[in-house]
Amino acid sequence: MIRLKVNGASRQFDGDPDMPLLWYLRDLLDLTGTKFSCGMGLCGACTVHVEGKAARACVTPMKSVSGKSVVTIEGLSKDGTHPLQLAWKQCAVAQCGYCQPGQIMQAAALLREKPKPTDAEIDSAMQGNICRCGTYQRIRQAIKMAAGVKA
Amino acid sequence: MMREQNVRMVSRRGFLETMFSAGAMVLGVQILPEEAQGAVSWQPSVYLGFEPSGTVVIVAHRSEMGTGIRTALPMVLADELEADWKQVRIEQAIGDAKYGSQNTDGSCSIRDFYVAMRDAGASARLMLERAAAAKWNVPASECKAQSHQVVHAKSGQKAGFGELVALAAKQSVPAKSELVYKTPAEFRYVGKDVPVVDLDGLVTGSAVFGYDAKAPGMLYASIERSPVFGGQLKSYDDSETKKVKGVVATATIDPFKPPHGFQALGGVAVLAENSWAAMQGRKKLKVNWEPGPNASWESGALKQALLEAARKPQKVVRNVGNVEAEFARAAKTFEAEYYVPMLAHAAMEPPAAVAEFKNGKVTAWAPTQNPQAVQDAVSAALGIPKSDVICHVTLLGGGFGRKSKPDYVVEAALLSKQVGRPVKVIWSREEDIKFDYFHTVSAMYFKAATDAKGRPTAWLHRSVFPTIGSTFVAGATDAQDFELGMGLVDLPFDIPNHRAENGGVKNPVRIGWMRAVANIYHAFGIHSFVDELAHAAGRDRVEYLLDVIGSPRKIDLAAQGVKYWNNGQPLEKYPVDTGRLRRVIELAAEKSGWANKKSGQGRGWGIAAHRSFLTYVCAVVEVEVDAAGRVRIPRVDVAVDAGTIVHPDRVRAQFEGAAVFGASLALMGEITGAKGEVQQSNFHNYPVARIHEAPRMTHVHVVPSSELPAGVGEPGVPPIAPAIANAIFAATGKRIRELPVKRHKLA
Ligand code: FES
Ligand code: FES
Repeated sequence: MIRLKVNGASRQFDGDPDMPLLWYLRDLLDLTGTKFSCGMGLCGACTVHVEGKAARACVTPMKSVSGKSVVTIEGLSKDGTHPLQLAWKQCAVAQCGYCQPGQIMQAAALLREKPKPTDAEIDSAMQGNICRCGTYQRIRQAIKMAAGVKA
Repeated sequence: MMREQNVRMVSRRGFLETMFSAGAMVLGVQILPEEAQGAVSWQPSVYLGFEPSGTVVIVAHRSEMGTGIRTALPMVLADELEADWKQVRIEQAIGDAKYGSQNTDGSCSIRDFYVAMRDAGASARLMLERAAAAKWNVPASECKAQSHQVVHAKSGQKAGFGELVALAAKQSVPAKSELVYKTPAEFRYVGKDVPVVDLDGLVTGSAVFGYDAKAPGMLYASIERSPVFGGQLKSYDDSETKKVKGVVATATIDPFKPPHGFQALGGVAVLAENSWAAMQGRKKLKVNWEPGPNASWESGALKQALLEAARKPQKVVRNVGNVEAEFARAAKTFEAEYYVPMLAHAAMEPPAAVAEFKNGKVTAWAPTQNPQAVQDAVSAALGIPKSDVICHVTLLGGGFGRKSKPDYVVEAALLSKQVGRPVKVIWSREEDIKFDYFHTVSAMYFKAATDAKGRPTAWLHRSVFPTIGSTFVAGATDAQDFELGMGLVDLPFDIPNHRAENGGVKNPVRIGWMRAVANIYHAFGIHSFVDELAHAAGRDRVEYLLDVIGSPRKIDLAAQGVKYWNNGQPLEKYPVDTGRLRRVIELAAEKSGWANKKSGQGRGWGIAAHRSFLTYVCAVVEVEVDAAGRVRIPRVDVAVDAGTIVHPDRVRAQFEGAAVFGASLALMGEITGAKGEVQQSNFHNYPVARIHEAPRMTHVHVVPSSELPAGVGEPGVPPIAPAIANAIFAATGKRIRELPVKRHKLA
């Protein structure tokens, strides 16, 4: 039995301990905001927070989150008012939107560590997150807006 | 089948023309998506309904894959209706021919439905105004709809849309000639950056994509397909698969019958209670394939075959003057070959679909660009009437043309029929890349003769590529008119002797259209070669390009004997206008500060301009090539003339995104094959541009225009690759004649 916290709520899981967290969230908990895209830790679409740090849920087995606290895009804020979510809306970042929960979760982890990131820090923190629609310049703009640093 | 596609395009146009020239025909059709029925008390159009409260329900019948179309078309209708956007609800249409074409590709949603939306809005507005006039016993001409109510200024009377709905429904439907349209100055929403309707869901994770769709009791299916296209299943052993916890069943899907079209590829499916179990079960499956004749495919050999074909005379598809005579006579001639590899779409959301077969009917939920194609393909595969296929359209996590081919929905429907439960088919990234409908590989040969100023007096462009037609006619090699009409036969250069030729070769994989399609390689070849000629002449690129295009004029391609597709639009409505092309070049040059840029020492600027999807686009790209040969793109300036614009911010976003898409294919995109199998599988070996590799800042400059609306989703892509290659030449002196750039040593 694996016990963990997801978005603050206590959960138990008694399935395959090798099952990636991604499928537990999506298929079993119905938290489909965390996306599947590559399944190999290459694209960041599945990014969640484990103990406050960004993690790729597609390569995070359930056994490794035993006793840990997981936050998904659904739990980032109560009502979509995390500064990044507000900035994301204001900059109209999303095109198709599929990569965006992962982008926002990655950016949130960045701002927790570096509240005023430089361009280089943004690039290095965000280069694991692919956006095929090509919204990168607005992602950078929105992160800076949320961080209150000059665009 | 490709013919059928053309027929469909023609009939779509015909349908719209009759529908809207008759005016009344569109109105009075009392159907909305199932879920809206009952709640709606008046449905003056297939696109429009009113609830008793006055809430306006607008049907979005085109698919949302990131362009904002689910917002933009309803905005047009709401605006013309004088509805208050806050009191508008959007319903996504199921697949149904009554909406006209729902095939959301070809960059034509606004172009084809702008007028339809205005007609629907203007008609209902007039009926509401007449209803108010009857109620107050005043002339209808004195009643005016304003922000969800009708106002009689003289008497100061006002009535909300909700109050008037019942009366309006009794009004006779106005003829199109009676409709009065708002002037641009009166627009409330058109031309404004209205937040997209899905905005909240996209940042909170609640937006539902195809991969997120669920039906009660469904199984998850992961499918093993032949690694070689068209391979046949010899045998399989699922004994280990069945031992995996959560696996419920395995099932086979019959192989397709040529031509493959949108049929399921065929294979062995593992059905399980969750995605992970299905994938684990797949790993334990032992499958034997008979690879068949396509196992001989080697992309290296195919490349040589294409290049060789391009060196020989091919079918003439445009001929002006006499290029051969001019080549023989001219003092100087130039030749060059270009090559663009096969590419995969790689939308972030891999294909997925949920389908339930029940009582002889299929209900599907799919991220599809074309729900009516889902109806057709599922109906053909299951042998049920098209009307018994209900296709709900989810949001799409990117489409780029891949998701207008509904093979993955067919798989879900076939499996659901076999197992008697709803089935969700999930594709992995590996499957998405290996079993794509690929953007075709292409080779081009150019030859030009020039005069004393280096200006071309003769121009030969040979383009050889396997055709998309092979998806619809088995073994087809002749290019389709639409492929030829994407840059090959419609080149708007002022050159007295001009010939275009096309040749075809078989490519034993599935081929399909990808964002901008044949424009990608044609624009790359054309604008690379122009750049080479300008360099040889020692002339400024912008000045040279404008000179080659020549004076502002409308090019009469028919008079040159060219059969030109023009995106299915008449040339009288959408001419090939060199004046508009010149203007975007001048604008991009001005905004990028071209005149003051000095290329060299690892920094360079390149330019390319291309008309596609009836839109004129010019890109100026700045590159930096460092000592290690790494290419960075600090800035792109894109000038766009797409005619009338509905949503300026989403238009800018499309061109920003197209610059990234273009950079991906220029710098790193390449699909290869060996022994018949695709060699790439995921983002490590089929990379796409990441944040540090993409253009750092793309500035989009839109030409203000009241011309007819044209395309926006695709036309930003074609100029990017040649502009990047030209900028690299300007920076380093190294000419890129083969994509991707990563294959070349630039250090
Ligand atoms: S799906 Fe996890 S990194 Fe791509
Ligand atoms: S917005 Fe579509 S993939 Fe990022």
